[in-house]
Amino acid sequence: MSWAWFHRFGSPPYFYWVAGKIAPWFGWPSLVLLLIGLYGGLVLAPVDYFQSDAYRIIYVHVPASWLALLTYSTMAISAAIGLIWRIKIAHAVAVACAGVGAGFTIVSLATGMIWGKPTWGAWWAWDPRIVSQLFLLFFFAGYTGLRAAIDDTDRADRASAVLAIVGIVNVPIVRYSVDWWNSLHQAPSVMRADGPTISWSMLWPLLTMALAYTFYFGWIMLVRARAEVLRRDRGSNWVREALTNEAAGARS
Amino acid sequence: MKPLASTATAFASVVKRDLLQAARRPGEWLQPLAFFVIVTVLFPLSLDPEMARLRYLAPAALWVALLLSSLLALEFLFREDARDGTLEQFALSAQPFAALIFAKTATHWLLTGLPLSLVGPLAAISLGAPPESALPVLWPLLLGSLSMSLIGSICAGLTLGARRGGALLSLLVLPLAMPTLVFGARAVQLAIAGEGAAGPLYLLGALTVLGLTLAPLAAAAAVRISLE
Repeated sequence: MSWAWFHRFGSPPYFYWVAGKIAPWFGWPSLVLLLIGLYGGLVLAPVDYFQSDAYRIIYVHVPASWLALLTYSTMAISAAIGLIWRIKIAHAVAVACAGVGAGFTIVSLATGMIWGKPTWGAWWAWDPRIVSQLFLLFFFAGYTGLRAAIDDTDRADRASAVLAIVGIVNVPIVRYSVDWWNSLHQAPSVMRADGPTISWSMLWPLLTMALAYTFYFGWIMLVRARAEVLRRDRGSNWVREALTNEAAGARS
Repeated sequence: MKPLASTATAFASVVKRDLLQAARRPGEWLQPLAFFVIVTVLFPLSLDPEMARLRYLAPAALWVALLLSSLLALEFLFREDARDGTLEQFALSAQPFAALIFAKTATHWLLTGLPLSLVGPLAAISLGAPPESALPVLWPLLLGSLSMSLIGSICAGLTLGARRGGALLSLLVLPLAMPTLVFGARAVQLAIAGEGAAGPLYLLGALTVLGLTLAPLAAAAAVRISLE
């Protein structure tokens, strides 16, 4: 099998062009799925017997928590690819992931707190999974902080890649902390070995929302990675040409 | 290039050199120890000195003090050798770089983690833990401080090339040290209560073994990046 297609992604102009072409294919489905999922979750799904309407925040909260982990994994894997094969685009993708991941983590924590107040009677509980999520936020902060403290982009790329790979130890801990320290946070009800315990009428909007979030992640990641590629290659000829062409395209 | 000495000899000579330097500059490794004592003393002073409550808080006090002192000690791990070019000579030598970095980390633990762990049971007893819990309290502290040194070696390597080390170092180390803290504090808690602490202790041991296996490689990669 030829790996030429893979190596072509290593070229910034090619990546910039391809990412620009692909991004709408993530953006529009995300918007459509988001509308379907929100309508399904907020209107069609039945009222929960114990939590009445308060549970509906899971349609925002749970996909954000899943995506925070997915984003971290994507960041670590692309950072590893960048470190091992010295592909600069992979580092740009990792950088693009960091900010998005921090956003998902903050959404997950904030909606969890809003849900916790009426249901648990407290904004915050020192539950391992909440704390793990908070630590995920610290990891994103540490990644960004380390990059910001190193002036040379190439060295920042490689140092932060090592950190991302080391930090991925945290991801399984977040995943399994519920089983390890069984406490206030409810046990998983969707990702279980013996199948989900949640009713289908409540589950399908959740899965739709998860899919919408995933497409959103793909879209925003590509947009941010393009911006990062431009930032890195600022002053180079291909950037000037690409931007001039885009401006010409917008005018005509 | 063929190495002039075996890796074991190189390892031993790095350990010997670092121990000798530490003997000539005792301030560096005594400082974290003093810091540890001060932090544990601050707990009874800022609470009321009622023994039952202190005993309840002792595991938290011990681990917070241990983590902060280890963090303070990490500043001395690579900084001096990076400044005078020793690390560059290590990187250029024919010996495996990870082994030399591991030698430095191990010595660092001998100088800071080990004394901290030995003082730990004394601090626990002064906070109201029963004297017979001294030995069960010591094991988790030994494993935990070793794990902290290993995690710290990676992060100290990464921040070597960074402009401002201190605050960034704590931001990098503490999230990674979270599992160590959780299992270590649980083990100390059980030990002070006079119950079997084998469960969290085994998990702590597993984390330390994981650190021993992977941390030297990651730390060597981190230092190498910072040196370029």
